[in-house]
Amino acid sequence: MHKNSEVLLKIRNAQTYFPVQKGLLKRTVGHVRAVDKVSLNVYWGETLGLVGESGCGKTTLGKSILQLVPVTGGEFIYNFDGEEKDLRKLSKEEMMQARKRLQIVFQDPYSSLNPSFTIFGSLQDPLKKFGVKSKEERKRIIGDLLEAVNLHRDYMYRYPHEFSGGQRQRIGIARALSLQPELVICDEAVSALDVSIQAQVLNLLLELKEKHQLTYIFISHDLSVVEYMSDRIAVMYLGKIVELAQAEDLFANALHPYTQALLSAIPVAEVGRKRKRIVLEGNVPSPVNPPPGCAFHPRCPYAMEVCKSRVPELKTYVLDGKEHQVACHLAADKVGAPAKSRQAEVDSNATN
Amino acid sequence: MDRLKMLEKEGLLKSRQGSRAVGKFLQNKLAVLGLMVFAVILLASVFAPLITKYDPAMIDLRSRLSPPSWQHLFGTDKLGRDVFARVLYGGRISILVGFGGALGAALVGVSLGTYAGYKGGWLDRILLRVSEIFMAFPQIILVLLLVSILGQSLWNLLVIFTITGWGSVYRMTRSQMLSIREEEYVQALKAFGLSDALIAYKHMLPNALGPIMVNLTLSTAMFILEETALSFLGLGVPLHIPTWGNILNAAQDLTILQEAWWIWVPVGIVISAFVLSINFIGDGLRDAVDPTQQG
Ligand SMILES: Nc1ncnc2c1ncn2[C@@H]1O[C@H](COP(=O)(O)OP(=O)(O)OP(=O)(O)O)[C@@H](O)[C@H]1O
Ligand code: SF4
Ligand SMILES: [Mg+2]
Repeated sequence: MHKNSEVLLKIRNAQTYFPVQKGLLKRTVGHVRAVDKVSLNVYWGETLGLVGESGCGKTTLGKSILQLVPVTGGEFIYNFDGEEKDLRKLSKEEMMQARKRLQIVFQDPYSSLNPSFTIFGSLQDPLKKFGVKSKEERKRIIGDLLEAVNLHRDYMYRYPHEFSGGQRQRIGIARALSLQPELVICDEAVSALDVSIQAQVLNLLLELKEKHQLTYIFISHDLSVVEYMSDRIAVMYLGKIVELAQAEDLFANALHPYTQALLSAIPVAEVGRKRKRIVLEGNVPSPVNPPPGCAFHPRCPYAMEVCKSRVPELKTYVLDGKEHQVACHLAADKVGAPAKSRQAEVDSNATN
Repeated sequence: MDRLKMLEKEGLLKSRQGSRAVGKFLQNKLAVLGLMVFAVILLASVFAPLITKYDPAMIDLRSRLSPPSWQHLFGTDKLGRDVFARVLYGGRISILVGFGGALGAALVGVSLGTYAGYKGGWLDRILLRVSEIFMAFPQIILVLLLVSILGQSLWNLLVIFTITGWGSVYRMTRSQMLSIREEEYVQALKAFGLSDALIAYKHMLPNALGPIMVNLTLSTAMFILEETALSFLGLGVPLHIPTWGNILNAAQDLTILQEAWWIWVPVGIVISAFVLSINFIGDGLRDAVDPTQQG
């Protein structure tokens, strides 16, 4: 079902909780469950879209994969040329080598470049660290990178404030590519840009993916952008994945009421489909005290009694021969029983 | 023009952000006035031998306590030493002590604050408490302690200023670093696995320097005043070395206070003018580097 069925990254039960501290003594009074028991696979060569409202934990999941935040629990099993290892269990030296394979492009083009350094000054240290000793060689590499993102190579001698937002974002992409990574996490990579420039940068990302055989995790709150980029799409709500399917399937046949609401909010002209707009009531609940049962139940138009007490598990269903994962008590009523074999696999991963 | 381009290429030209701060500073009239007064007093002290022919230590018992004249611009003191020369040469030591103390405090505070502010955690929590203790410690007791153990010296003052001053620099630097470490370029460097020290000192510190420089100027002024106060009490630099504080020390004598105003009024004015000018410069710098006021 996937373009390439080899798994590059298996995330199992990932949890990243931030302590909430209060008072003089910094007592921990609770936890923000930014990422709460997330399990998913990233396949080699695919683009996995990740959508959800602001604050649902998309960035934290991305940073957790890169081990940029202290991860609370779970496994991040990465396929190192056939050898599978948990990123959290690597030695310092192994993690350093692994960092070459995993990179990230950030959202804010204004804070993603150091204002005190030229582009060359900002980009050269990682190259130095990974063995490019001669300055001439570093200049050549950085020049090539800039050209790869359609910028003039002499721009490396300029400071960030001399560039437009779109140019800065290209530089951020060039930086992410500088050590020839395998997996690139694009965290809202175009959200801060004008619509006309968004398209350029998106196409550049697609082009680079083809050329360098990259795998993307493409994070955005903009569903139409995600649809344009992604092979598969995962929908996140309050730290959990609530639905995951092939992009076309998700758009044609969203099973989770939250996904349906998100889809209905896209302007019709853009999608070319007629939909009744579902307006979600209420605000996103606090991730410190998520509602019991299905975290979506206070806003769900179909909420039932069981939703208030039992957490719906993410189960795999097979629709027209294609896998479709969803976490909703109603799903079985809509599409029949979950696929047994796949369900067993996901369950065994999700319940420990 | 080509030369300019080359400089730019080599990264030698200051960023435009830097020159914008300079422009902003120059628009501030008080700051520019401060800079001029500061420069005049500093240069006069540094080039004292070119300005006055008198040796500040030369005793001339025949012309004791003579009032200002063309011979002696600021008159002479009890031992017949030329007060103008003493003010000029004294400025060298006073400015050195003030600036040295501020620099010492900044070196300790910045090097600890940069790393701990970036790393956070227990190291930062411990240093924060320690800095509070040092800041709360009564300075005068520290002075008495050091003077009784080591005797009076210029170094004592530098050590004391460093010990009592690093805490506030530490707190300021760490809070700067705390906000900078959320910037995405720092996250990007972390994603490359660069070492903490490299990220903190090389990549982040330059962006925290603005407020640190402001603090450096303001604490220089503060330490010059403290030197004056301690020397006035006879606890500062040994009396035989002319400093602004030691010159004022003579005014403890009631007859001098009442009858030889020229010994303490000019030096008092110079101290005030110098400290005030530094404060004006500091304020100007603060406005110039304040990112929230960039337009
Ligand atoms: N370093 C942190 N310390 C404490 N809480 C954090 C931290 N980082 C994120 N959070 C919290 O974790 C939750 C998820 O944040 P995250 O930034 O991952 O959301 P997001 O989906 O990326 O949102 P956005 O679309 O606004 O970028 C939020 O409630 C946020 O307040
Ligand atoms: S489990 Fe219940 S509350 Fe949650 S989305 Fe499904 S129907 Fe709505
Ligand atoms: Mg985010």
